[in-house]
Amino acid sequence: MGDMNIQAIEQYRSDFLKEVEERVEEGHWVKMCMQCGVCSGSCPFGPHWAHPPQEIFMMIRAGKREEVLSSDSMWMCTSCYNCVVRCPRQLPITQIMHGLATYAHRLGLAPRNQPTRDFSILFWENCTKTGRVNELKLTLGVYFREGLMAGIKKAWNMRNIGFGLLLTKRLNPFELFKGHACKDQKGIHAMLKKAQEIEARRHKLPA
Amino acid sequence: MTQAVATNQTILVVGGGISGMTAALEAAECGKQVVLVEKLPTLGGRTALLYRYFPKLCHPVCGLEINLRRLRGNRNVRVITMAEVTAIGGSRGDYTATVKSSPRYVNENCTACGDCARAVESEIPNPYNYNLNKTKAAYLPHAMAFPQRYVIDPSIIGTPDAERAKAACKFGAVDLGMKEETLQIKAGAVIWATGWQPYDAAKIQPYGYGRFPNVITSVEFERLADPHGPTGGKILRPSDGKEAKNIAFIQCAGSRDENHLRHCSRICCMASLKQTQYVREAYGDEGRSTIYYIDIRAIDRFEDFYQKVQKDPTVKFVKSKVARIAEDRATRDPILHGVDTEGYHRYENSHDLVVLAIGMAPSVKGADIPAEIIADSSGFIEAGANGGIFGAGCATNALDVNRSVQSATASVLRAVQVVNKVARAEA
Repeated sequence: MGDMNIQAIEQYRSDFLKEVEERVEEGHWVKMCMQCGVCSGSCPFGPHWAHPPQEIFMMIRAGKREEVLSSDSMWMCTSCYNCVVRCPRQLPITQIMHGLATYAHRLGLAPRNQPTRDFSILFWENCTKTGRVNELKLTLGVYFREGLMAGIKKAWNMRNIGFGLLLTKRLNPFELFKGHACKDQKGIHAMLKKAQEIEARRHKLPA
Repeated sequence: MTQAVATNQTILVVGGGISGMTAALEAAECGKQVVLVEKLPTLGGRTALLYRYFPKLCHPVCGLEINLRRLRGNRNVRVITMAEVTAIGGSRGDYTATVKSSPRYVNENCTACGDCARAVESEIPNPYNYNLNKTKAAYLPHAMAFPQRYVIDPSIIGTPDAERAKAACKFGAVDLGMKEETLQIKAGAVIWATGWQPYDAAKIQPYGYGRFPNVITSVEFERLADPHGPTGGKILRPSDGKEAKNIAFIQCAGSRDENHLRHCSRICCMASLKQTQYVREAYGDEGRSTIYYIDIRAIDRFEDFYQKVQKDPTVKFVKSKVARIAEDRATRDPILHGVDTEGYHRYENSHDLVVLAIGMAPSVKGADIPAEIIADSSGFIEAGANGGIFGAGCATNALDVNRSVQSATASVLRAVQVVNKVARAEA
């Protein structure tokens, strides 16, 4: 991952806007922002971001690569799409935020222990393994993220819901050992590999 | 105005606002026969509904007065009010327009004495004050109306109110038997000057126009400031009639927005700068104006006016497009939410009144014009398709009064060339 970051710095030098345009999902829209501020004002999570979308776009254009990619701002996006609906230039702001987060993650620059990022990694590994989401493992993964004691405490707090799910056959404890999978696991993995290849080509990522 | 017979050397002007009036007069003063068709009962258009012009802050009354004088003194123009062009057939140098006229129920005997209005009891929303107040169902559109003749609203026809108006008239001017008519008018060239309309502010959902009484549009604010307006020139809040001293102006309300109007409406920055001076005029140093903007576009040579307003301590500028407006339930004060681009500070500002600097949309969109024309994506005319139909004024672009007049004169030059060609061919 670190290599990819060094490669990107060498390739784009100080032109961070170009890097975003080529490598980030919907990144070519960033230059269209006219700094009106409607996105930032419309964001329900607005006060909790270090940098609202409008500021992120300006930082990209100002070449503040480190600050943007290591920021946890874009990880705060809840995909409510309020900004996309109101943007006078119809920028796909939500998609750009996710694109930036993904890119920062790939480069290894995304902030550590960011809850959204941790959950995303957990979810992605969980569902791509067998082609199906194993809800039990996912839930336990989230519970025990902050250590054994914290996990036990959370699981204990949720015990009534857990038993309820068990009684209504919504939760199968045996999923913990093997878990069900989709019929063609190999096919799923081949598909994901191909998709990654196409994405790398589209965003000019090094192989 | 003599009853001129229209021929293929006549120029037909559609729309009697400042552009249409200018076009009609310029052509007529060149010796051409002109027919001027206006949809409303009076000429003057939206210009007549302004309180003052920028940048000199003079009153539109004076410019209109001059034009109306020119019109009265010219025998080449025939004015048809309350009429719409529904179809244009033929080709360059030989058009036939179908004109549908609605009944005014008042004939040329009218002396504008106002007896009918005093006799009539029912009231209608006053379109000349953007429906901010009511007027009698027999009314003179406004003080500058041309022709100076009353109108009877069709809603009272067949009621005792209409009979009262008829009985009150000492001059036999009320004619309740008037019917809708269809005329065929020949013309060599057509000038399309149907002007603009304010964008429907209710469509800008986060600003709450229509839901919050203290959010109004810039055209309505013009009427509030005007002594002939619904408040007699006092800037009062619609919710409680209190003086509005702390006023927010929101720029690009509908303009420069892919979800609403794609174009920059061009006049709104200057209009808001001008309107801050209405606040100063009304309240002196006690007035507070705040302009929320993306960037100020003081068009043409008006940068000095902008600088003058910047120096005014009662006017504050906030570089931010407001994200949404909420309302204080108790006081009904609008509360503006957004983020300031200069420093990215989040604000939550309360004002007495919010004025949306509303964008300009063409009154008749390109696709709805009953002739073949080429229009841009906003519906403004770019060119006529067969060389004899010309756009003028705000039908072609978002323009201020000054530029509309220039545009109208330019279109006359083109139209005159067409009818001159026809004249030579027939001589």
